[in-house]
Amino acid sequence: MIEFKNVSKWYDTFQVLKNCNTKVDKGEVVVVCGPSGSGKSTLIKCVNGLEPFQQGEIIVNGESVSANATNLNRLRSKIGMVFQSFELFPHMKVTDNINLAQIKVLGRSVEEATTKSMTLLKRVGLEEHAHKFPGQLSGGQQQRVAIARGLAMDPIAMLFDEPTSALDPEMINEVLDVMTGLAKEGMTMMVVTHEMGFAKRVAHRVIFMDYGEIVEDATTEDFFGKPRSERAVQFLSKILHH
Amino acid sequence: MNYNWNWGILFQTASDGSGTYLTYLVVGLGWTLATALAAWVLALSVGAVVGTLRTTPTPWMGRFCYAYVEIFRNVPLIVQMFLWFFVLPELLPEALGSAMKQMPPPWGSYVPAVLCLGIYTSVRVAEQVRAGIQSLPRGQRMAGTALGLTLPQTYRHVILPMAVRIVLPPLTSEFLNVIKNSSVALTIGLMELTGRARSMQEFTFQVFEAFAAATVIYLLTNLVVVLGMRYLERRVRVPGLISASGDAQMAGH
Amino acid sequence: MFAGFDFDVIQRSVLYLFREGMTFTLTLTAMAMTGGIVFGTLLAMMRLSSYAILNVPAGAYVNLMRSLPLVLVIFWFYFLVPWIGGWIVGAGQPIQVGAFWSAVITFTMFEAAYYCEIMRAGIQSIARGQVWAGYALGLTYWQTMGKIVLPQAFRNMLPVLLTQTIILFQDTSLVYVISATDFLGAAVKVANRDYRLVEMYTFVAVVYFILSFTASYFVRWLQARFAVIR
Repeated sequence: MIEFKNVSKWYDTFQVLKNCNTKVDKGEVVVVCGPSGSGKSTLIKCVNGLEPFQQGEIIVNGESVSANATNLNRLRSKIGMVFQSFELFPHMKVTDNINLAQIKVLGRSVEEATTKSMTLLKRVGLEEHAHKFPGQLSGGQQQRVAIARGLAMDPIAMLFDEPTSALDPEMINEVLDVMTGLAKEGMTMMVVTHEMGFAKRVAHRVIFMDYGEIVEDATTEDFFGKPRSERAVQFLSKILHH
Repeated sequence: MNYNWNWGILFQTASDGSGTYLTYLVVGLGWTLATALAAWVLALSVGAVVGTLRTTPTPWMGRFCYAYVEIFRNVPLIVQMFLWFFVLPELLPEALGSAMKQMPPPWGSYVPAVLCLGIYTSVRVAEQVRAGIQSLPRGQRMAGTALGLTLPQTYRHVILPMAVRIVLPPLTSEFLNVIKNSSVALTIGLMELTGRARSMQEFTFQVFEAFAAATVIYLLTNLVVVLGMRYLERRVRVPGLISASGDAQMAGH
Repeated sequence: MFAGFDFDVIQRSVLYLFREGMTFTLTLTAMAMTGGIVFGTLLAMMRLSSYAILNVPAGAYVNLMRSLPLVLVIFWFYFLVPWIGGWIVGAGQPIQVGAFWSAVITFTMFEAAYYCEIMRAGIQSIARGQVWAGYALGLTYWQTMGKIVLPQAFRNMLPVLLTQTIILFQDTSLVYVISATDFLGAAVKVANRDYRLVEMYTFVAVVYFILSFTASYFVRWLQARFAVIR
């Protein structure tokens, strides 16, 4: 479904991604982890072309992201994305946040879009907040709205860029629960996160990145059971014991 | 449709017979700068005092300075020009008023223009100075007081030296504004750069040459001022101090 | 101090001053504000574009306008607009434009440079993630700008935009130099006809003060309210 082939990216002379090769199959949940600055957020933003890359290729659903012939807007509309700082549109009510792209990109009618939005809000447990503004919600609630916003496009895959990093500890689980539910239903997911508990429970594979390189790409049992690289061992010992 | 371009006009003798039209315009620039500089000195002195007083804890002083700022900020510059030129001499005592009216040209226009621009700009300088002082950490003032300095001493030795450096960049753009605003003085008969371009156009009918020449002279002047002020800023920079460029001052001319 | 002044002249002319002059001033302000904000926003988007073909000309235009005295710009457009108009309609000669439309064009073009810098700061104040979120949903550049970035930028910058409009309102009095009958121009006509300069100019100053002061007071009130909500 998503395939990275020799992807490299530079900011001026600084290389942030080095020859990254991996793939995410349909229905698979892949967690990307690594120290901050390792390039994991950049990698996931390359999938829908938010970050351009200079070398290599990313194939999403048979289409190359960087090819000129690709309609990037259409491709993006098929991939949901959830950001670290939610990025709900603060000047729009919750329903309007979820409706916007349904109407503007998919061409749904207002009624259709609203029905869909309400169904999804119910699913993330926020239907009674439909008419509030994002600023009136807690961080955890905002992130659940952001997930609903992505799902409203009926995506073929979902990207999560550190979805719980900006949350207070007591709100992390309500977001992870929604994500776990999604994974159980067979959604293809690529998740950048430090939540190793979530990775252990939900992920099929774990990718470990450091200094822009994919250092380890293994099944979840292998990664946590017998990590091969010294860097991954160190990372795991730091993150699991803090 | 053809406009008859004639750039040679710049090198023909001007209507006042003093030299070529180019010299005529450059002399205009001289008057622009003479007006702007004098107004600038006035604006800095008055503005620094008013801006500083607005930050002191004396209520009646603050209120007086507030009124001063609001009055000169909320009346259009050209109307203020008219007030200084036409109205003030009538309100002054007879002797002084007629002395003002009888000043020989160009001083009869120059003096009111400088006073008007100076006071008008002093309000903007005052606001910059006030913002600069208020952007200083409050601890600075307390540190001064804690050392046993009096309030004037704290201002003199602690607050103002820092504030001056903070407000220097916005004051640069205020100086550029005075240069531009001095063109309004043509309405009370001061033959500065824009005024001379206008009169050159009236005498020669070479509209676009006259205004294009004035435009180029203004752009060059801007460039020189910006470079000069940048040099000055580098000279007085305090290592490690971040200058506060106000986005509050974004609106303006 | 005001002995011997004829304040009656104000009463005699007040209707004319407002009906003719103030109408001109306010119409000009409103039109130049609308045009200036629209054109200024486009300029801001161009200046923030990564394409040199867009950001270089926009930057040059804005810097040119901001470097020149408004009076000079008024003269420029007063003479330039008839020529450009004649060229557009294909007439063999400059066309008659009249002081009002000349002023509307001048102030729109001039103020756009100032509104541009305000909107540019406003757009830049919107976190990059908002743009990403728009793109990630498949919205186009124009949809992302129109639905997400500009509404927020506009709201954040509303007080500054209004302050600039008050400055514009005051600046329109400079149409005096092309003999237009704005509020000041009307007063000048009465002043010269009745030889009542002192009374008329004082009155004009007072009216401008009251209007500008009230408006800026309103802007500060708005700013305080917005500051709480944000």
